[in-house]
Amino acid sequence: MRLFKKSAPEANRLEATIGSGDSGQALEAKSLSIFYGEFEAVKRLSIGFERKKVTALIGPSGCGKSTALRAFNRMNELIRGVRTEGEVSFRGVNVYDPDVDAVQVRRWIGMVFQKPNPFSKSIYENIAWGARINGYQGDFDELVENSLKQVALWDEVKDKLKESAYALSGGQQQRLCIARAVALKPEILLMDEPTSALDPISTAKIESLLDDLKKRYTIIIVTHNMQQAGRVSDKTGFMLLGELVEYSDTKELFFNPKDPRTENYISGRFG
Amino acid sequence: MSGREDFAVNLASRHARGDRWRLMFMLSTLLAIVFLGALILTIVDDAFGYVVMVDEVDQRSLVPDGERLESLDAEALRAVIDERLSPRRYRAIERERPFDERTAADLYDIVLYEIVKPRVAETYTLFESLFARRSIVEETTLAHPDGELVFRSWVNMRFLSTSQTARPLTTGVLTAVKGSILTISITILFSFPVGIAAAIWLEEYAGDNRLNRFIQVNIYNLAGVPSIIYGMLGLAIFVRGLERFTSGSAFGASTSGEVANGRTILSAGLTLAILILPVIIINAQEAIRAIPGSLRQSSLAVGATKWQTIWHQVLPASFDRILTGAVLAVSRAIGETAPLVVVGASTFLTQDPTGVFSKFTTLPIQIYQWTSRPQAEFRHIAAAAIVVLLALMLSLNAFAIFTRNRLRRQKRFG
Repeated sequence: MRLFKKSAPEANRLEATIGSGDSGQALEAKSLSIFYGEFEAVKRLSIGFERKKVTALIGPSGCGKSTALRAFNRMNELIRGVRTEGEVSFRGVNVYDPDVDAVQVRRWIGMVFQKPNPFSKSIYENIAWGARINGYQGDFDELVENSLKQVALWDEVKDKLKESAYALSGGQQQRLCIARAVALKPEILLMDEPTSALDPISTAKIESLLDDLKKRYTIIIVTHNMQQAGRVSDKTGFMLLGELVEYSDTKELFFNPKDPRTENYISGRFG
Repeated sequence: MSGREDFAVNLASRHARGDRWRLMFMLSTLLAIVFLGALILTIVDDAFGYVVMVDEVDQRSLVPDGERLESLDAEALRAVIDERLSPRRYRAIERERPFDERTAADLYDIVLYEIVKPRVAETYTLFESLFARRSIVEETTLAHPDGELVFRSWVNMRFLSTSQTARPLTTGVLTAVKGSILTISITILFSFPVGIAAAIWLEEYAGDNRLNRFIQVNIYNLAGVPSIIYGMLGLAIFVRGLERFTSGSAFGASTSGEVANGRTILSAGLTLAILILPVIIINAQEAIRAIPGSLRQSSLAVGATKWQTIWHQVLPASFDRILTGAVLAVSRAIGETAPLVVVGASTFLTQDPTGVFSKFTTLPIQIYQWTSRPQAEFRHIAAAAIVVLLALMLSLNAFAIFTRNRLRRQKRFG
């Protein structure tokens, strides 16, 4: 069964296959290696992500956590000179198979970036555009309202939907970017340090959102803020120099780390 | 050793150095403004001023006592024409268009320029007219006792609305204006789409390999090639090579007797188009490159294809800059003379162009031709044509700025 065939993807055929894949893991990387030229940024990473859970990837700068995250929906391909080996399995299909279209992968695995980057369009269009180009058949007003409510932005912007997204504050923009991603009804949300450019209050708002969002989506969040990982995630993976050092329940990892390197890092001895 | 001793106190000299540079920057700007002002002043100086008009035939001898030539009706004007116009000219003008069908204003023109034959005996510049009026009046009464001193704007409605003729008082700029507008339209139609498309390919699709780098370097080189060389290229390709198409014979267009060969507006427009193509490509590339990668990423992250990303995100965000660059390039093309001389612009053309397969002249060529005439009047006519050219260019730029600002507003709120 080829889920993402370039010639196939009518919406209903895809919908029909949801959930018919393998059980348990929403996304699974199997000995995933990523190279920048000769440099191996991620070394044979094998990790599975549970459905409807928040999983955090932590580690010092340059440990490969963002690179790994961007490999899950094939965003790395946009960077010149990046080579990927291994497998990323989603619904039983390796997203790196030659006949899988990266556009379809990104449609099901959404992404939120470090800096808020709304489109230079109105608030309404920021959300509607992605759905429209993906052939959304339903009611757009409803979709926009619903998406904005999911990120607790509706009450703040419902009277200025036609205004530019740039008129919003940084924190609002970032929530808009999350709404933009959930408007496509993805299965997985990848978040690459989503709060590192925001003030503490905006950060707190987004963190509290994650609890709601994980009822619908599987969330993988990269953060360099260990407290944040502790607050929001169910499971945490610690990466160092391109390797996954330790991966377990968040409480377990923070209070009872198995690996001395993990312990050094979370106790602030390096990084 | 304390921190105080480690650092020399040189704040005053640092500030002084900064002030000197600031002064130099200001002077440079000032110099540029002075040059620009001088340019405009010389043109305006020549475009307006007193002229001494001398009629070959006294107007009073043509009309009954107490009346003026301007106030005669058509019938009276016809009578004057029948009486005074030489038979040869009469037949020639009748052949152009029968006298019976002509309006009073038309007949007045004929009486004036065919019978009265006013002549500009002396011209003065605007500054002479403003500051030495008294000596001009004295000079006129001495040298041309039957002459009339009038203030003349060389840019006038007649000048703007008539085709070129051989005589300075009746000549007009319309032929050249039409030629310029048609030529530049061809240039825009061809160079905008091709240039922008090439820029999109180079920025968004072309890989970073040796061939593409070679192409890129050569586009930069082409932007620096002297324009006359593009004229040679246009002559070889459009005028000679593609004559069947540029002359219109392939499309069955007859050029109504005039033999244009390939030396048509189409050839001229295409030549100017390839002349500014490298500049448009480079400007558009810069505009596209200025769009942050994060915009492309966020678009791709919501499942847009590459083309949707370019069409819906990259191009709308960069189009105002692309347009600005392209219009600047067109402003340059409007003033180009050398390549058009090579392509075969007509230096003296009394028939307005009717389409893209007509022979052509353009404003710069017309100006060049007028400045090389020996009569003093043509210096003023050339100045008037320069005013028209500048006005055309400025209105094009103004249109571009207006459109750009509108696009910017849409971009922010669309």
